[in-house]
Amino acid sequence: MRDPVLLTAGTEEHDLTRLDEYRAVGGYAALEQARGMEPQAVVDEITNATLRGRGGAGFPMGRKASLLARGTGKPTYLVVNADESEPGAFKDRDVMRFTPHRLIEGCLITAHGIESESVFIYVRGEYAHEFEVLRAALDDARKAGLLGGVTIVLHRGAGAYICGEETALLESLEGQRGQPRPRPPFPPVNGLYGAPTQINNVSTIALVPKVIELGAAEFSKIGAESAPGTAVFSLSGNVANPGNYERPLGTTIRELIYDVAGGVAGGRELKGVIPGGSSVPILTPDQIDTPMDYDSIGAAGSFFGSAALIVVDDRCCMVQLALRAAQFYMHESCGKCTPCRVGTRWLVQLLTKIETGEGEATDLDLLDDVCDRMLGKSLCALGDFAVYPVSSYLRKYRSEFEAHVAEGACPFHGESSIEGILAPVDQHAAHGLEQAAVTT
Amino acid sequence: MTTFHDEVQKARAKYPTRRSAVMDALRLAQGRHGWLSPDAIREVADALEETPAYCHSIASFYDMYHLEPIGTHMVEVCTNLSCALAGAQRVLDAFADALGVRPGGTTDDGEVTLRAIECAGGCGRAPVVVVDHVYHEPVRAEDVPEIVARLRGA
Repeated sequence: MRDPVLLTAGTEEHDLTRLDEYRAVGGYAALEQARGMEPQAVVDEITNATLRGRGGAGFPMGRKASLLARGTGKPTYLVVNADESEPGAFKDRDVMRFTPHRLIEGCLITAHGIESESVFIYVRGEYAHEFEVLRAALDDARKAGLLGGVTIVLHRGAGAYICGEETALLESLEGQRGQPRPRPPFPPVNGLYGAPTQINNVSTIALVPKVIELGAAEFSKIGAESAPGTAVFSLSGNVANPGNYERPLGTTIRELIYDVAGGVAGGRELKGVIPGGSSVPILTPDQIDTPMDYDSIGAAGSFFGSAALIVVDDRCCMVQLALRAAQFYMHESCGKCTPCRVGTRWLVQLLTKIETGEGEATDLDLLDDVCDRMLGKSLCALGDFAVYPVSSYLRKYRSEFEAHVAEGACPFHGESSIEGILAPVDQHAAHGLEQAAVTT
Repeated sequence: MTTFHDEVQKARAKYPTRRSAVMDALRLAQGRHGWLSPDAIREVADALEETPAYCHSIASFYDMYHLEPIGTHMVEVCTNLSCALAGAQRVLDAFADALGVRPGGTTDDGEVTLRAIECAGGCGRAPVVVVDHVYHEPVRAEDVPEIVARLRGA
């Protein structure tokens, strides 16, 4: 039997960017069904289905809805996080460009459930094509009278990873710099424009029509017990057939890499796999029988994240990989919290020193120490995300770091698969702009 | 023809507060001028009834707003982890060679700006190159001369 597909259902046979074709596969029937239900019954269905967030944290969507403040006299907002920017993640992009109506239908059902009349979808700025596909689909849905009094506003970002963080996203949507807010208060109580706000990822919201269509009981039969349903797993890096693959939650990493995506490219040896996007701890080859669901990956010492699996083969220098990841987080740190703003720069400096053969044995301990001083010390998780790649590569591939120090050079001697990779932060050095910030 | 002011008012109408339209307004201004010069920032500020300093503080936060002039065309090469593992550096080097410019720079004739960028969300068909906001994926080093020739001919 073929694995059940929910998010990508019908995409092989139909052009689901078209309203008529989406309707031909039963599209918007769940909306009609939901509008015939009491709002609370819609939320109960989502709660009973244990629909967990597909964006990163895995928080149950129904529980989020139950935290929404009631009777505040303010509107209730639904905000969809379509600011997909996690390195390795590209699942929401496909939802928007291939099944935009599934997202719109999910918005409308959720809006009915939480009694909201106002939806904002925050789309990352780089997704210009996806934005236009979504806008055209929304126009069609509006013309067909499907919105039922609900306003859906599409908002375009402008290039900032931090805006995928929910409170930074709200700040950005309010026209501020995208910098996270202290919590509490949490968005369900005090979110967009100070009003109760439900925030969910694109792929979570786009699953809602299937939850209503199948019902919580049927939906729960798919996937893992602690996390029912499917996820779109994004495989990239040194894998034979990279791409998005929808599979039940609980599919093992081994199955995803070897059965689904054709194994390591060129038949090379697997060195590690980053299971949830660049921000999560790496797993070693002995851990790939771990099922891809929130709890199992957590027990293995990493995070499910956005189900973006980056496969790394034996040609890659782990100090270079850590440095490239650290450069990304340095570039994207919003600068609000000192441990993150300064710590990300320290990580880059130390890793540069080690990679160029200038490192001393004490620098490895110092790297650990900087990680400790960053972890859990900032308002949002970006400070932690910067730490996880560095600390996990250092712990699991320590001998490689030590070899850099002992040899006084990169032991790959220019043969690493990512040798010389230039990060965007480096290109500013040519203009003398970034240098001061890095060295002070 | 709609004026910049009209376009910004249309954007403002989408939101409960005028500040929420600042990102749209900056993008619209950049679309008209190519980059956000001090004059362009002042136009945004006037249309939104905000201060230029405020609008500049927003523009400087996001990567897609340009506070310096850029080329007529822009070539952006993702060099984040998945693209790096798929050979992004060779692609970036090939563009640098073909254009005769370092990443972050613009060709002497002002035609093409080359940038390394962070993850563009095209990891499944890496390496990703974004030319004038259109994704090309995957791009190999051997594809570069043709892309450059098309840009030069365009």
